[in-house]
Amino acid sequence: MDLKLKIWRQKGPEDKGGFVTYEVKDVHPDQSFLEMLDDLNVRLIHEGEDPIAFDHDCREGICGMCSLVLNGRPHGPWDETTTCQLHMRAYKDGDTITIEPFRAKAFPVVKDLVVDRSAMDRVLQAGGYISVATGNPQDANTIPVSKDDAERAMDASACIGCGACIASCPNASAMLFVAAKVSHLALLPQGQPERMIRVDKMVAQMDAEGFGACTNHTECEAVCPKGISIDFIAMLNREITRSKLSGVS
Amino acid sequence: MKRVVNLYRTSIGKKIIMAISGFVFVAFVIVHMLGNLKIFYPAHEGVYKIDVYGEFLRTVGYPVFARGQVLWIFRITLIGLALFHIWSAIVTWLMSRSARPIKYKVVEPVASTLASRTMRIGGVVIAVFIIFHMLNLTTGDIFPGGQFEHGAVHDNMLANFSVWWVTAFYVIAMLFLGLHLYHGVWSAFQTLGVSNPKYNSWRRGLAWFVAILVTAGNIAIPLAILMGKVH
Ligand code: HEM
Ligand code: FES
Repeated sequence: MDLKLKIWRQKGPEDKGGFVTYEVKDVHPDQSFLEMLDDLNVRLIHEGEDPIAFDHDCREGICGMCSLVLNGRPHGPWDETTTCQLHMRAYKDGDTITIEPFRAKAFPVVKDLVVDRSAMDRVLQAGGYISVATGNPQDANTIPVSKDDAERAMDASACIGCGACIASCPNASAMLFVAAKVSHLALLPQGQPERMIRVDKMVAQMDAEGFGACTNHTECEAVCPKGISIDFIAMLNREITRSKLSGVS
Repeated sequence: MKRVVNLYRTSIGKKIIMAISGFVFVAFVIVHMLGNLKIFYPAHEGVYKIDVYGEFLRTVGYPVFARGQVLWIFRITLIGLALFHIWSAIVTWLMSRSARPIKYKVVEPVASTLASRTMRIGGVVIAVFIIFHMLNLTTGDIFPGGQFEHGAVHDNMLANFSVWWVTAFYVIAMLFLGLHLYHGVWSAFQTLGVSNPKYNSWRRGLAWFVAILVTAGNIAIPLAILMGKVH
């Protein structure tokens, strides 16, 4: 199939940037979206042009490195699918695809479609450590975890930290990401000693990074490649309320 | 108190204040609307039920409270909560506005609704409406329908809503209120952490119910008067 791509090009953080249109021909429906961009880059290199910079790593939907907003939707049109796992059969001959970087003040553009997502790392770092006893390894299953809690903690920990929630949010809020990270430890026994302080510090860091304020549009949940539920945002709201009202901070 | 202030300092705390004040407003608008529906009762021996109700609002609590005191306690509480609600809305609005300095060229909403996307602009419409409404039917300072008379609730309403553009403004404001409530009621549960996958469909259902009840009830009054159905 033949496609028209409108791609955001920006030489560096200070450059103003703008859209450049590329025509690509004979795209195979079984190619992944990133492979299609690879082919375009090979062509650009042959033509002596600067290839398009975009983030990627595992290309199997688990690392959270790929990004891109495709026709207004982070990670493109398929539910619970990262850009690297999106295949070109999602499109048809003659389609136009507008490709933009994840947009947020906390995600400054490094080059073209690559943005700096270390704000999310700083939120995680603010969460700090969990206390575990050192010494010989414990026998497996000596700490009981109820089936329900184990399942919910697993659901929350499925977050790969890609930032699509922030990119999709009309408020550029990071609530779903922070909610997933706070909930997954708050649900497990290992997370209990620092439970109150952790949520306090992570929310403070989230606000300090310049993310917006959630108004429950639920766009985040809809585009999340791992299907993280906004139930965790409700949980985060409970956690921070309990932490603040208990006077920990 | 210091703990509550600490909570309020976070973005989430501001939302929690909006949700709590929002629920108080929801209770208020429902009771307010039920009271206003008394306009549809015909006069009994020359006395209108809505006038009796208006008098009740001024004398409730007597003799423990002086005339009008309870009413003023309610007014001051509601205005205070409205200031908190609006202040929090403005602060979080500014946060979100600066959080995405460069807009997307293409936006495809997947899950947000017309209601969720009009919360802020709708809030401004409601704020303008509340001010107009108080100058219009509480104090009578803006009264295009003729001569305002304190205490004559029935006559004031009939005169007021016989002016087409006053009725039109009330109807438009109520449509915005309906949208605000549809998202707000649902959103407030979420903000307050009232969420359980088993019962979450109730939150949407309740939001529909409140939004339709309040909008339909409140629109019926000015429209019926304008169409000459109320005597
Ligand atoms: C006076 C002007 C008003 C303004 C400027 C305003 C603005 C806002 C804004 C911006 C939100 C946040 C949107 C969100 O988080 O979903 C909100 C939420 C809400 N509003 Fe208002 N509003 C006003 C009046 C009202 C009134 C009169 C009511 C009820 C009758 C109301 C009920 C609610 C509720 C229940 C929420 C949900 C809180 C939450 O999201 O947790 N608001 N309002
Ligand atoms: S490249 Fe690892 S998730 Fe897409």
